[in-house]
Amino acid sequence: MEHIITPKVEYVKLLNRYTEKSSALGTLYLTATHLIYVEQTNSTRKETWVLHHHIASVEKLPLTASGCPLLIRCKTFQMLHLLFQREKDCQDVYQSVLRLSQPVKEDELYAFIYTPHQNKEDRRQGWEFISLANDFSRMGLSNEYWEISHLNKNYKICSTYPSILGLPKSASVATVTGSAKFRSRGRLPALSYYHKDTKAAICRCSQPLSGLNSRCVEDEQMLQVISQANPNCPFIYVVDTRPKLNAMANRAAGKGYENEDNYSNIRFHFQGIENIHVMRNSLQKLLEVCSMKSPSMSDYLIGLENSGWLRHIKSVMDAGVFLARAVCEERASVLVHCSDGWDRTAQVCSLACILLDPYYRTIKGLMVLIEKEWISFGHKFSHRCGHLDTDPKEVSPVFTQFLECVWQLSEQFPCVFEFNERYLIEIHNQVYACQYGNFIGNCQKERLEMRLHEKTFSLWTHLLENQHQYRNPLYRRTVESTLLRPSTLPLHFKFWCGMYNHYDRGMHPKQSVLDQLLSLTQKQVEGERTMTELQRQLAVADGVLPNPSGPINAPAEQDSPNENTPTAPVVQSNGSCAPLSNGDGEEAGPGAEKCNEKEGAEPAATEHDLTSSKDKPVSVETEHSKEEVQESH
Amino acid sequence: MELSEHIKTANVEDVTLRRPFHPALRGTLCVTSHHLLFSDRKDEDSWQLLILLRNIDATEKSVENLFGYPRAVGSSGTITIKCKDLLVLQLEIPGMEECLNIASSIEALSALESVTEMYPFFHRPSHLTLHGPWGLSSTEKYYKQTERLWDRWRVSTVNSDYSVCPSYPHAVIVPREVDDEKLVQSARFRQGGRFPVLSYCHHRNGMVIMRSSQPLTGANRKRCKEDELLLQAVIDGSVLGYIIDLRSTQQAQQARMTGGGFESKSCYSHWKRIHRHHERGKVLQESLIKLVEACSDPSHSVDRWLSKLENSKWLSHVHSALSTAGLVVECVERDGHSVLVHGSEGTDSTLVVSSLAQLILHPASRTLTGFLGLLERDWIQAGHPFQQRCAHSAYSHARLKQECPSFLLLLDCVWQVWRQFPLALEFSEALLLRLAQEVYASNYGTFLCNNEQERCAAGVKENTHCLFQSLLSPDIEEQYLNPLYEPTDLAIWPSVHPQSLQLWTGLFLRWTEYAQNMEEAREEVWSIVKKHRERAGPDRTNNTPSTHCDTLTPFENLMDELTIL
Repeated sequence: MEHIITPKVEYVKLLNRYTEKSSALGTLYLTATHLIYVEQTNSTRKETWVLHHHIASVEKLPLTASGCPLLIRCKTFQMLHLLFQREKDCQDVYQSVLRLSQPVKEDELYAFIYTPHQNKEDRRQGWEFISLANDFSRMGLSNEYWEISHLNKNYKICSTYPSILGLPKSASVATVTGSAKFRSRGRLPALSYYHKDTKAAICRCSQPLSGLNSRCVEDEQMLQVISQANPNCPFIYVVDTRPKLNAMANRAAGKGYENEDNYSNIRFHFQGIENIHVMRNSLQKLLEVCSMKSPSMSDYLIGLENSGWLRHIKSVMDAGVFLARAVCEERASVLVHCSDGWDRTAQVCSLACILLDPYYRTIKGLMVLIEKEWISFGHKFSHRCGHLDTDPKEVSPVFTQFLECVWQLSEQFPCVFEFNERYLIEIHNQVYACQYGNFIGNCQKERLEMRLHEKTFSLWTHLLENQHQYRNPLYRRTVESTLLRPSTLPLHFKFWCGMYNHYDRGMHPKQSVLDQLLSLTQKQVEGERTMTELQRQLAVADGVLPNPSGPINAPAEQDSPNENTPTAPVVQSNGSCAPLSNGDGEEAGPGAEKCNEKEGAEPAATEHDLTSSKDKPVSVETEHSKEEVQESH
Repeated sequence: MELSEHIKTANVEDVTLRRPFHPALRGTLCVTSHHLLFSDRKDEDSWQLLILLRNIDATEKSVENLFGYPRAVGSSGTITIKCKDLLVLQLEIPGMEECLNIASSIEALSALESVTEMYPFFHRPSHLTLHGPWGLSSTEKYYKQTERLWDRWRVSTVNSDYSVCPSYPHAVIVPREVDDEKLVQSARFRQGGRFPVLSYCHHRNGMVIMRSSQPLTGANRKRCKEDELLLQAVIDGSVLGYIIDLRSTQQAQQARMTGGGFESKSCYSHWKRIHRHHERGKVLQESLIKLVEACSDPSHSVDRWLSKLENSKWLSHVHSALSTAGLVVECVERDGHSVLVHGSEGTDSTLVVSSLAQLILHPASRTLTGFLGLLERDWIQAGHPFQQRCAHSAYSHARLKQECPSFLLLLDCVWQVWRQFPLALEFSEALLLRLAQEVYASNYGTFLCNNEQERCAAGVKENTHCLFQSLLSPDIEEQYLNPLYEPTDLAIWPSVHPQSLQLWTGLFLRWTEYAQNMEEAREEVWSIVKKHRERAGPDRTNNTPSTHCDTLTPFENLMDELTIL
């Protein structure tokens, strides 16, 4: 609160990113949690809410004749180009936003003040809804070969690992602890996924501290017992997801990779995924391409190529496919690592899980997967997302890349995912929003210390309540585990306009097949409901059924375990701006009657001629200039 | 020479067929005058592949045992067949001589020059008779349906014997006040006699889209009073019209050196000229060749792919075609001015732009019948030289002559519009794919010859079947319908941001596994829609194609549609 120098500035221009003509005039508000821009014309009122946590950077541009420009870039790839009349306002807003968007302490994060309508019990259930242990037992643990181990229950063996681990049954405590000591940050080989049908497993760890020629008997034993836990294959793959050069460079620092001679029956592979710094720079370049003003097709394609972004996406996908095929087709277990085993390893293991197991392609399954591979195994969300004002070199779009890989798969296989693109984008927004506690902190231990389960709420409940929006109407449910075999030819990797140009509505299809199908299937469900109800009433009338006193339960939708959770309608105009809670609603000012954005939203392209107004631009891209008329003499 | 004389070996046993993403098959191969037939030898549910020889763009043969004896043990050859619809097949043929014979038959029979020898003249399906109706639309029909035209425009038959303009149809729509004599004069002043004629009259404000070829002003700035009068009559009293010249200013200037030129401001004072550069001819053909080559590149480098995609420039051509169509629409719809579109010959990019503009503007041209009618009027009758342009496709090694994928470019642009407005077109992607195939090789006569005059001379209407009629027959129509179609009376302006345009994977990745996944999705969409319709009951009339209703929908209906959108 004390950081807000000026809570309201009038006559602020919001410049359109692509054409100068269609800029808006409105009022800017700063609240404790959001920056709100309200554009008020005669009949419509359009609000743009931006969460402070979503702001990646704020930049004062050189003064122009028309005012003082301020450029706000968001982690959700939104961009606001504001123009203030007075230099002072600009400076005040700049300073406030700068401070508000970079919280210093954890308890400044939105999640610690956000309170949805949930009681204690709901909150507890929300946090327990997804659990690592449940997923292990779904895979069939404990069994003949693998068991759930509590060796790490006090985070003694590895501070960044979860408290429960899947380990080979025959691994002795000495082997486990010895192996952990030989691995960077104690991140020992532990089970990521067990494939019931082939008995092959995916395990993950960090790089070994092999240096130039160190060995560790326990680590060698550990790999041996992992190999022996799979009766179907005499060897295991050891996959180092880094480029070979990077791995070799690490040897000089006392780390490195496994020497095939020291381990029996391993097959070693490099995968060549670049490190977090390369990925950060690549995204930077990609976003520059996205924000080019009227680029030609060639500019765009060359920019896309030079960013290297799709090449990196493909390298992650290639590695995921390698793992999945090894497990499913060669029935071989795989041990995966990178350097610390929390970035590339998380990407690759979770992607392989999606390819292998249809469960992870469902709405709930994806939550479980993220909880397992990312949250529990210590992907450093706080650092990678830059939740707090910390080292910018730690920030990297590793999780974004994972979501994009899933999206690329959904483009190749439109019928195998239960969720749609919006689900992925919503998760992405929420990861950066810090509205829920799930993605705060860098590992389980930290989260426990922050007492997140008592102080914040879980995102998963919120997503489940709104799952109807996230359904893929084309989804064909399969039970048998069929391996997804995506094509990894380069031409299948597309630019994800829905993510990186999410806020540039003019670029998106003007009509949505998804909405259309969702509304059709929604009607279908309702229709079926009334039908059953009618039949019941008939049955009651006939005296076949006793007259129920309460309301007749509609037939439960398939596979929705929490039919009982309250489904309060959640008003949400876009992913970034969830409604403020009652507590801090006062500052919201204009938020009192929020979300009439629908009416004010950019007019559908087709609306144009109805109003037949010449001055009302329909969509920016049709503004063809006629200046090129030239006359010969 | 009889066609059968090209066939030295008609039948080969034990041939192995390899297709992408399918297991190899063994069976019998037959060559007939017009087809290549492969059949596996299973008695029950035997599988057959029938390929029109016309569809074959290139063959590559490799034989082993070149110096050995024919029929020697182990001698064999492989023919790789690359089709105009981008399918690539491999045939392993035992016996070197047989292999060479088959290859030479394919080469000779796939490149027939004479129209009347082509398969449409022999195609006689049992359920069709030759005397059925031919075609869907014509100048006269369009005139009759478009009440707005009746006052100021007329149908002229000055070209009834094709002497004024050999590539125009017998009837064209021109301003009422311009008599036939003036048309003849104007035709002499335009390349190939393609004087300005009406292509479309906007149902909302009566503004028109005209098309023509370039004026023959030449180096010494010749003028033609009749041509000027004709264009003056087009705008009739209104202050301004736009000429969209599909060449850069520089190109238009250069054209004067070879006798062509452009409409100068001093002679056409009420017309404002805008230049937009569009590639045509060889450049466009090479662009397609490069793109198809890039799509079949097996290398696994994303950078290489993106650089090849960029280098092919195909998407740039799509981009400029859609942008210029958008410009035309802007002139007609937003600014309320008439437009004349031309490049140099007026048979390629002119047609792409004018027909795309109609698709964007005119709800009736977004129905299945309306779209096919548009193609018939604005491409077939308007004299796009299909035979020359589609003689070869992306694989051919033959020296390029007049080949140019203008029509494919149009289909790609239509697909882009469909992708951005998935509910606004009544037809489906399947129709576009079918047309992309038929235009290169067909059982039907629709795309034969280069213009109406040639078609009359060859007796196409009398001796072949009409593709468009057959597409509309009720039993096959459904696969070409868009299940989600919701008619809208509004203009559909596509976005032309590079991010909004995509590679048409349906066409260029047609023969991959990817296409099967998309097919599955399409089926799913249909099944959802069908379930929904069943529930809605039989009384709900669903999307019955409204054929050519040029009358405006009542205003209340418009409002309804707006809220849906």
